[in-house]
Amino acid sequence: MYEFDWSSIPGALPFLWDGMKISLEITLLSVVVGIVWGTLLAMMRLSSIKPLSLFAAGYVNLFRAVPLVMVLLWFFLIVPKFIEQLFNLPPGTDLRLTSAMIGFALFESAYYSEIIRAGIQSVPKGQMAACQALGMNYTQSMRLVILPQAFRNMIPLLLTQAIILFQDTSLVYVSALADFFGAAYKVGDRDGRLVEMLLFAGAVYFVLCFAASTLVKRLQKKYHPA
Amino acid sequence: MNYQWNWHVFLQPTASGDDVYLGWMLSGLQMTVMLSLSAWVIALLLGALMGVLRTVPNKLLSGLATAYVELFRNIPLLVQLFIWYFVLPELLPEAIGNAFKQSNPVFQQFLAAMVCLGLFTSARVAEQVRSGINSLPRGQKNAGLALGLTLPQTYRFVMLPMAFRLIVPPLTSEFLNIFKNSAVCSTIGLLELAAQGRQLVDYTAQPYESFIAVTVAYVAINVIVMTLMKKMEDKVRVPGYMGGK
Repeated sequence: MYEFDWSSIPGALPFLWDGMKISLEITLLSVVVGIVWGTLLAMMRLSSIKPLSLFAAGYVNLFRAVPLVMVLLWFFLIVPKFIEQLFNLPPGTDLRLTSAMIGFALFESAYYSEIIRAGIQSVPKGQMAACQALGMNYTQSMRLVILPQAFRNMIPLLLTQAIILFQDTSLVYVSALADFFGAAYKVGDRDGRLVEMLLFAGAVYFVLCFAASTLVKRLQKKYHPA
Repeated sequence: MNYQWNWHVFLQPTASGDDVYLGWMLSGLQMTVMLSLSAWVIALLLGALMGVLRTVPNKLLSGLATAYVELFRNIPLLVQLFIWYFVLPELLPEAIGNAFKQSNPVFQQFLAAMVCLGLFTSARVAEQVRSGINSLPRGQKNAGLALGLTLPQTYRFVMLPMAFRLIVPPLTSEFLNIFKNSAVCSTIGLLELAAQGRQLVDYTAQPYESFIAVTVAYVAINVIVMTLMKKMEDKVRVPGYMGGK
């Protein structure tokens, strides 16, 4: 039988915490970018200006058709080289990590935009008509009337997506960003204790995500009692 | 920019000389499709079982099914994959673990990837099955029981045939996800589409062509699956329900 040896975990906790901070940073950045850029994309997609709605539809469908791993590889291996050549940057500059983070945020924006689009469409049409009757322009009606209601309806879904996104951050492993999972793997590999470290990482993700999703469910019950 | 585009690179012989680079891509594509389809079978069977168990009036069974779903939904796919591939063989009884470790490496990777993707997706399928069953009017179950059917018979003849037809659209998106998620399996060295793309970059020094080809292949899988599922959705649609005729 396998003999567990958990002794390498206590000493590695500061290193793992650094990794966790990176995971949380990527999550936070991508949620913010995702909501802002996702809202813009959703508004473009619902707009009556053809080129804008076509662009948004193309963007969202492309990113949703391609695996996150592929997107990260594009932004980790291909995009930095392209930018270096395009702007003749000195060979020492390392854009890869920034690029991978941007790629991640752009990918998640496509998913956020679909949630936000559904949220905007859930607001009754009469509201927009009422705004126009009151003499508001498009920006005013969106900002003051439609979006506040849409976001209120969407909060549980946006938070659930944030939990999925947090789980997705583990995939930055392919880009050598040292997130929590990358850190756990490195320690396990170094100490020959991969079994313990992987189980520990799994347990940490489970506790965090389970707690967060339980909270979201409570919140949902509070705002939308079934 | 002075990049030399060269789409003929796919027809050039590989470093080992026994194949052309296009052959690598096609074998990656084949691996992705085989892996996704076999994992989908596991996901459908286990997902249907767990989804049904979550709705039965038995605290123990529904509790177990809930625990199953929560476990697989709250751990990232990559972590689950590494646990299946690196951890489980160590924890199994030595004879089985060793037999696994001495088997063909491709078989090891494929088995771990298939089981991992299958169980990961089954938790999501279970949620769809549960919500399909819960969306049925309560009267259907009561009517079944009032007619003297047992509970298993009511599930078998009344509720499940309806529920499965109702959940085809959400299952389509899970089916698409399984193809995309299979790209994660490149991390344990399984030579599926994404991994072949990476290998093509290393060997051909034509990164743009390689990645564009692989990306187009994923988009093509997506389009094909969506077209097929759309046909199926039209066939099984329940008249009178949302989206029904």
